[in-house]
Amino acid sequence: MNLHIDDHNEGQSSILKLSGEIDAYTAPRLKEHLLNLIEDNQEVQVDMQQVNYMDSTGLGVFISALKTSKEANKTFKLVNLQENVYRLFNITGLNEVIDIENTVRGGM
Amino acid sequence: MNEPFDFIEMKVPAKSDYVGVARLTASGLANRMGFSYEEIEDLKVAISEAITNTVKHAYTEEGAGEVTIGFGLYEDRMEVMIADYGGSFNLKSIKESIGPYNEDIPISNMKEGGFGLFLIDALMDKVEITNNNGVIVLMTKYLFENEVGRSDDQVSTTQ
Repeated sequence: MNLHIDDHNEGQSSILKLSGEIDAYTAPRLKEHLLNLIEDNQEVQVDMQQVNYMDSTGLGVFISALKTSKEANKTFKLVNLQENVYRLFNITGLNEVIDIENTVRGGM
Repeated sequence: MNEPFDFIEMKVPAKSDYVGVARLTASGLANRMGFSYEEIEDLKVAISEAITNTVKHAYTEEGAGEVTIGFGLYEDRMEVMIADYGGSFNLKSIKESIGPYNEDIPISNMKEGGFGLFLIDALMDKVEITNNNGVIVLMTKYLFENEVGRSDDQVSTTQ
């Protein structure tokens, strides 16, 4: 019931590896971390492979990240989403606006 | 109308810290009832959304209150009741913000918190909200068992 946030920087781009659950408890810390990362980098990729639970608080964080990156003309992308997590982007139509890549199947 | 059911109730402080605990309980109960992996995921999200709504609005009040979560386990369905007797839940503003992403809305105007109730509605089979002396969200998920192979074979074995 926690979220581990781990970032790897390579020049102007950064990969944020998340592991755990994104909910009302963990989202505020993720949002702060992610927005700072977007500020400091031209390209931010969020690796969601180890995220096994997310709800609308997570959608809120990523909408906010998208807005921030668009305003600054930067690239923001989500990769390796588990099926149950991707589903929420699909139901809400957010998969149309957020750049999402490499959806993986299954997972716990 | 004397349908047998088990009822489980839990009361947690209206703090985001406990959303995960309620979700874990829901997951355990749904698993016990035989819901599929996907259905359990739906229930977890829907229940978390309902509690998160309560928690978010409780924060503005002095001293966070409590959220009561009731699980009714029936033969064919799970009913989940989420009650916020503090009455701090702003139903009107929540209802106004329901809906999927609309392409006509520029990203800069998108609401970051408007998907909660929309998801509850999308993931559960039935949702009722009452706003009378505090807000109660009552949501139902049906257990659709795999009925194939149940009929003929079973009759023949009992002959």
